[in-house]
Amino acid sequence: MINSQMHLNPELLSPEVKQEPIRSGFGRGLLAAGESNKDVVALCADLTDSTKMADFAKSFPERFVEIGVAEQNLVTVAAGMALAGKIPFVSSYAAFSPGRNWEQIRTTICLNETDVKIAGSHAGVSVGPDGATHQMLEDIALMRVLPRMMVVAPCDAIEAEKATKALASHKGPAYIRLAREKSPIITTDETPFALGKAQVLREGTDLTIVACGTMVYYALLAAEELASSHKLDVEVVNAAVIKPLDTVTIVASARKTGAVLTAEEAQINGGLGGAVAEVLADHYPVPMARVGMVDRFGESGTPEELLEHFGLTAPGLIERALELIKRKSHK
Amino acid sequence: MANDIRQDIIKMLVEAGSGHSAGPLGMADIFTALYFEVLNHRPKQPDWPERDRLFLSNGHIVPVRYATMARAGYFPLEELKTLRKFGSRLQGHPERLRLPGLESTSGPLGSGLSQAAGHALALRMDGNKARVYCITSDGEHDEGNIWEAVLFAAKNKLTNLTVIIDRNNIQIDGPTEQVMPLGNLAAKYAAFGWHVIEIDGHNMQAIISACDLAKAIVEQPAVIIAHTIPGKGVDYMEYDYHWHGNPPGTLETPGAPPKAEQAKVALHELRTLGGRIRSEHE
Repeated sequence: MINSQMHLNPELLSPEVKQEPIRSGFGRGLLAAGESNKDVVALCADLTDSTKMADFAKSFPERFVEIGVAEQNLVTVAAGMALAGKIPFVSSYAAFSPGRNWEQIRTTICLNETDVKIAGSHAGVSVGPDGATHQMLEDIALMRVLPRMMVVAPCDAIEAEKATKALASHKGPAYIRLAREKSPIITTDETPFALGKAQVLREGTDLTIVACGTMVYYALLAAEELASSHKLDVEVVNAAVIKPLDTVTIVASARKTGAVLTAEEAQINGGLGGAVAEVLADHYPVPMARVGMVDRFGESGTPEELLEHFGLTAPGLIERALELIKRKSHK
Repeated sequence: MANDIRQDIIKMLVEAGSGHSAGPLGMADIFTALYFEVLNHRPKQPDWPERDRLFLSNGHIVPVRYATMARAGYFPLEELKTLRKFGSRLQGHPERLRLPGLESTSGPLGSGLSQAAGHALALRMDGNKARVYCITSDGEHDEGNIWEAVLFAAKNKLTNLTVIIDRNNIQIDGPTEQVMPLGNLAAKYAAFGWHVIEIDGHNMQAIISACDLAKAIVEQPAVIIAHTIPGKGVDYMEYDYHWHGNPPGTLETPGAPPKAEQAKVALHELRTLGGRIRSEHE
């Protein structure tokens, strides 16, 4: 059952569900953060429109810094500004930032504990035709391993807006993962969001799906289908905040259902799948499977073709969920 | 003062048993000039908002900064003995969170100039008149990140930024011009739109004058290319790249005394040099 306390979009399961790119929510959140706090500054590496910083740049030209195609400079200039009391948001494609500038992030943002927020847009295979070079899949793993770094992957534009505003008032380094393509609006303004908290969007007893980003929608679709065609009662947890991961919510769900499937548009090794596996191994091991990219790169194609090819859709999740249920019952 | 600082450096490195010798000795005059003449700062109030900021990009020469800070009154001289030891505020490479007065954390080369430039831009946004100084090394200019920052500072006309390059011509693997030739750094910076000042980095008056001149430049950031002698003040270390990353007592090099004698000889030389430390360029 959809958790009514989550106030999800009533049109969520309709084929006509409203869609919007997750990155657009980031743009709105950044603008709002800029309006409420004059210390918020934005830096971009020659991708102002596509990372949705344009509205901020237009409204606050004196607080917008164009860096050019120089991702190492992007984060280190931001670190220097943070040391002067600014709250810099930096954006590029995730493949380049945090893809190219990891050591600078490690030293000048994390070890240095500077208040820099890194927005990585165009993450995942759904970037499509640009191909493997631009489909960032390792960002969650790269950022999650850094001490002091918070990692957030919102499930829709509304959550991205909330997350961006929340990060502007959160002290410390953070990474926010954004996707290029339009994706269904899952939440509403009333849906709760808190840094450090996972939300149980749908309650169930047979299996838990822990998902983040674009995969939350497919997890909810899969849960509906598993209920109607297989009489399975699936719980869906939105782990928008991958670090710090909400251990309490995830372990409680694992205790209740006895099996956990993770879903992400990223490498499962070190990604959300890795993070959930670590938590369960430490606290409450149950049969588990991970849906995502399995130690390989993407390629060119339409987003739909690629998601289907890599099993990152509702049918892909259903197949893995049924296998997992079988393993659970043989235990 | 610079000579006392050099002796402090030798003692610290011997006590620590590891660390870089040549760079810190070569930069002792510049750090002395900065902390005792150039910087507007308050040792007892390291977070004073109006202080001039000194970013150290090539973090490995931090022993000279620690020694100078102690001499300037930031912390007791006694604490210098803890360099590189467990629990010390004086980490092997500088960590901002450990020791008040360090503006940033550094060591991995190439990222200090960007931070200094970003900081200078942020201060200007806030109307803060403090000046930002950034010390970099020549070898560090192998890093692409440096040149990204060089473009950025020129674009933004960061007149509140002064960069000092330790042009000592050595890096770990050998002479800079063999490892990766930097050629004419002055011409390169000028072509990037910077105001370039070249000085002898052991001439105290030249260092101070260059810093004064840099403040007067309009429309451009200023870079001071300071020609220094690595290992300055200790005969057997001068110009020898082997001493870049090693403390006295750890290496046998041509012309150096036996390992057991190296620290003693270095300290003796530095003690007796008195006013005789002066530049070969003079």
